[in-house]
Amino acid sequence: MEPLAVAADVLLAAVGIATPLALAATGETIAERSGVVNLGIEGAMLSGALGGAIGATLAGPAGGLALGILAGVAVAALFAAVAVGAGADQIISGTAVTLGSVGLTGTIYRQFYGAAGVGLSIPTLPPVPIPGLSGIPLLGAAFFAQPITTYLTFGLIPLAWWTIFRTRPGLALRAAGEDPVAARAAGVPVRLTRSVAVLVGGAFAGLAGATLVLAQVGTFAERMTAGRGFIAIAIVVLGRWNPVGAALAALLFGLATALQFAFQAAGLRVPYQLFLMFPYLLTLLALAGVVGRVKAPAALGKQEEGERD
Amino acid sequence: MRGNLRAPGIGLAAVLGGVLLLSLGLEAAGYDAPAALAALWDGAFGSWRAFTGATLLRATPLILIGLGFALALRGGALNIGAEGQFYAGAIAATWMGVHAAQWPGWVALPLVAGAGLAGGAFWMALPVILRLRFGVLEVISTLLLNFVAEALVSLMVQGPLQEPTGVYPQSAPIAMAARLPLLPGTRLHAGFLVALVAAAALSWIFARTWWGFRLRALGEGPRAAEVSGRVPAGRMVAMALFGSAALAGLAGAFEVSGVSYALYQNLSPGYGFTAIGVALLARLRPSAIVLTGVVFGALEAGAGAMQRDAGIPAVAVYVVEATIIIVVLLGQALARRGEGRASPVDAPDAVA
Repeated sequence: MEPLAVAADVLLAAVGIATPLALAATGETIAERSGVVNLGIEGAMLSGALGGAIGATLAGPAGGLALGILAGVAVAALFAAVAVGAGADQIISGTAVTLGSVGLTGTIYRQFYGAAGVGLSIPTLPPVPIPGLSGIPLLGAAFFAQPITTYLTFGLIPLAWWTIFRTRPGLALRAAGEDPVAARAAGVPVRLTRSVAVLVGGAFAGLAGATLVLAQVGTFAERMTAGRGFIAIAIVVLGRWNPVGAALAALLFGLATALQFAFQAAGLRVPYQLFLMFPYLLTLLALAGVVGRVKAPAALGKQEEGERD
Repeated sequence: MRGNLRAPGIGLAAVLGGVLLLSLGLEAAGYDAPAALAALWDGAFGSWRAFTGATLLRATPLILIGLGFALALRGGALNIGAEGQFYAGAIAATWMGVHAAQWPGWVALPLVAGAGLAGGAFWMALPVILRLRFGVLEVISTLLLNFVAEALVSLMVQGPLQEPTGVYPQSAPIAMAARLPLLPGTRLHAGFLVALVAAAALSWIFARTWWGFRLRALGEGPRAAEVSGRVPAGRMVAMALFGSAALAGLAGAFEVSGVSYALYQNLSPGYGFTAIGVALLARLRPSAIVLTGVVFGALEAGAGAMQRDAGIPAVAVYVVEATIIIVVLLGQALARRGEGRASPVDAPDAVA
């Protein structure tokens, strides 16, 4: 293949891989800006994936997206009740919520689809080329011939940025994450703000999971998110708690993952497992370069009362 | 003090709550819940053979990893990467084990166990460097390295460690000398005894040594401990994290050396995450971890029986485990709110 065609293919795959990650990371950015780390988004994403599969089976792709979002919100609500409502440790609560989601999705999946699995029965989201733009060399196919969820993501990222940095609720959100005690003194309902932020994050994660099933993989499998929710948490840091930065970091991760297609096209025989490892290692190295030079929300991971520290 | 008296109550409520939720879910899904619970009980405690060969066998890695999780968390560090360290230990132990054909058992077994400890600890090297030098929290780094380890196992069993015929994605069987002896009349390997010894040792370290005392001081108030100048915070946390990872690696080595006798993908059914529940339910106390490890081992063993005998997916047991963790967290959070003082699990201040 010609180099340009290979590059276009890699980019196309990268944007596809990056889309659910960018969605989940945008949601997690909102939650973390309010001061809450939610490791449960891995579980919310997985539940969103199953919701997407079941919803699409029952009511088409739109039903899949809706049920996926709903499932993500439900999982996030459980996390919010434990970690924000009762004030339990966020990391451990999130891990438990993810563990429970693995069990629940696995059980429901087998109950719903039986031993045969989903197979090819799910209606998926086809690419929708945008006339004119999709013909641009190199970039056209990657950015303008994608399923509708990718365009939705293009819209949600700036919307999230604008909400966080340019609106009053966004100001309350950031205040809750920087200094909850002062925020409460200024009249911000900290616990409510954090709960809503977590729920919105869950909706994004659910949508991300549904996107994974309906626009990327085309089927559901147990544990299919395979740590993408955790990757999204690293991407939030790489993106400096900014949705636009997160989208760029997600694209970097997508490129790292899609690089294997370039190697295959070049006829290089490299064990595929190295390509499985590479994005995780790249993320770790990138974190080493970024952390310390960026400031996390000051009250991230801490309880509302700020009693510790 | 009241909290200490209440803790076993919370634990019992958590386990019962988890089982209750499972029964309700099964009934709602149209299964025969009493039959399923009977299968679970039989699979875990129904006979001496089931208790030793299933429950205690599965409790062994859970106790070891749970002890490691407690060790790190006592120092305020969260090791969520035990799954990866387990695999790193299993890989190292397998490599040692397949090369041990010419050695006597008293040479091979310590080397296999040592390889497991070293492999697990090696997997913690990057997170420790990232935390101490670059400020990257171990929560994210250990978590991400789980996926690297899983890919590495896949690479090993289809590459350097693949069995000689090159057909199956698994390693060659390890040498007889590298296999742990079984306890008389059971399928339970001697690693279980090592786990008991490790619990006793850790219990002694926590309760009786200056190091254990300082670790706890660090975990409960990192700033105070550091400012007082008596606690070398970085070195203490690094030691706790390496110890934590080495225990997970040892669990991986024992799984190869005492159960599977070869390296496979999916060798661990999520022990690294289940063990978090084991440690929390025990409120990080080593002696209690032995008990809660057996409880979770029983759940895992019973889940297998439930799938076999009642047709219920074994993953359903994760819901029970998650419920247990959440109920314990809620109980502790509410008790803390009532008393205004932290419990050990409250320690991870360094989460942000």
